[in-house]
Amino acid sequence: MMDYSSLLNKTVKDIKPSGIRKFFDIAATMDNVISLGVGEPDFQTPWQIRKAGIESLEKGKTKYTSNWGIDRLRSEISGYLERKFNLKYCPDEEILVTVGGSEAIDMCIRAVVNPGDEVIIPQPSYVCYEPVTRLAGGVPVIIETKAENDFKVTPEELENAMSERTKLLILPYPCNPTGAIMEREDIEKLYDVIKDTNILVLSDEIYAELTFGGKKHVSPASVEGMWERTVTVNGFSKAFSMTGWRLGFACGPREIMDQITKIHQFAIMCAPTTSQYAAIEALRGCDDDVEYMVKEYDMRRRMMVSGFNKIGLECREPKGAFYAFPSIKSTGMTSDEFCEKLLYSKNVAVVPGTAFGASGEGFIRASYCYSVEHIKEAVSRIGEFLKEL
Amino acid sequence: MKYEILKLLARNAKYTAEDIAVMLGAEEAEVKKEIKQLENDGFIRGYRAVIDWEKIENPYVSAIIEINVVPKAGLGFEEVAEKIMKHPEVESVYLMSGVYDLNVVVKAKTLQDIARFVAKELATIDSVTSTTTHFVMRRYKEMDVELVSSDEDDRGQLWI
Repeated sequence: MMDYSSLLNKTVKDIKPSGIRKFFDIAATMDNVISLGVGEPDFQTPWQIRKAGIESLEKGKTKYTSNWGIDRLRSEISGYLERKFNLKYCPDEEILVTVGGSEAIDMCIRAVVNPGDEVIIPQPSYVCYEPVTRLAGGVPVIIETKAENDFKVTPEELENAMSERTKLLILPYPCNPTGAIMEREDIEKLYDVIKDTNILVLSDEIYAELTFGGKKHVSPASVEGMWERTVTVNGFSKAFSMTGWRLGFACGPREIMDQITKIHQFAIMCAPTTSQYAAIEALRGCDDDVEYMVKEYDMRRRMMVSGFNKIGLECREPKGAFYAFPSIKSTGMTSDEFCEKLLYSKNVAVVPGTAFGASGEGFIRASYCYSVEHIKEAVSRIGEFLKEL
Repeated sequence: MKYEILKLLARNAKYTAEDIAVMLGAEEAEVKKEIKQLENDGFIRGYRAVIDWEKIENPYVSAIIEINVVPKAGLGFEEVAEKIMKHPEVESVYLMSGVYDLNVVVKAKTLQDIARFVAKELATIDSVTSTTTHFVMRRYKEMDVELVSSDEDDRGQLWI
């Protein structure tokens, strides 16, 4: 008989599965469920990107690429980052193509964290930073960002979270699930706090293209003094609606990138070849598609936020990503209770804020990666739900 | 803003002025006024439902008819086009570039009705030199709406 429990790695066993799952397992068993749950675009990958992938297959481009990624893709990424975010990265030694932004985050944390090192993670935020830190033997230190600060990290919060052992600060902006962004002055203030330390910033900018209301994303590494202490992570999933292609990238000083690439080389070898060829096309000729999608998201965003406020759920204006994060505190319920009752009584699936950290209590995440009609129907059902409480 | 309003109404004529105002970040009263203006000025010519008639038991048949015309001096194609469009069977009339002149979409109860209409009403017009009738066998997409789409939302498989 195998004793699996003593066989398995203790750190892995202790990691809790993502809290988003629970509700979707229930939802999957129900009929007529209308979901605001998913975290991926509903748009098709623009046709010319798909075509570029197909053409690469036709030409037989089906071998491994360099560990770093195809040269041409890396130089496109370099040009794209400079054009869009005023970032300067050398294609040769400062850009690594990865399997989604997720791999880049994992590799970066693993490359810098020694057992016992502290990683500062603002929450509510995407669910991977904490488990990945633990797997690397690191100690997550959580900053509970506040609604009244628009879920930004403040310099005071950062200072309080820092210690002798702090190795890394995660900046997950534009933020899933809060929709928060960090503006230039916000980043400058954080820079003042860390400038005399040896703390590295891991900036997860997967939603960088998706900002609204005239606010353009400011990449921390483009802020004076930040470049040498930042690893920038981005990817194709959200901006180009390419989630299934699994393609992202990490950029940073070569001293760090060399080490990240070493892990990538042994764990992954290289990112999927077809996706890399498709991604070249994404960066070369799809600005119009991105602009179109951002405009569509913006209309849906307004519809959702206005809808929530009208039915009595206080909802701040999300300035980035594609989620609204309304407060459900007025109902007196916990986020979990709210989501479960809503699902059972109105067949609407949303994600409890607590799936993104304890500080998400009192909030729900609603994705607006759906048609306006779908959003109106879902919000109207939530409105009925509130009336019946 | 006019153009944005038209684009939204073309997508879904049931959007209310309030919906549109929210989506565009404008005032509802202003949107209402614009829509009224667009209607009065003839930019918006009507609001129709997109219907999948094949779902109904006795659907009508429709045909696309290519017509060649000898244009009249001074009148061009206008006279014959206007004559054709007055028939209630005619759904649309377009002047075309290429190998024929007028593209006429006709609908009626039966194939025979259409055949009769072409023979009696179209082919007999003086300036019409020939007609070619193509019957529509199946509708896949109508006014931007995919009628036979089997696209399901296959998202939500990933648990994270």
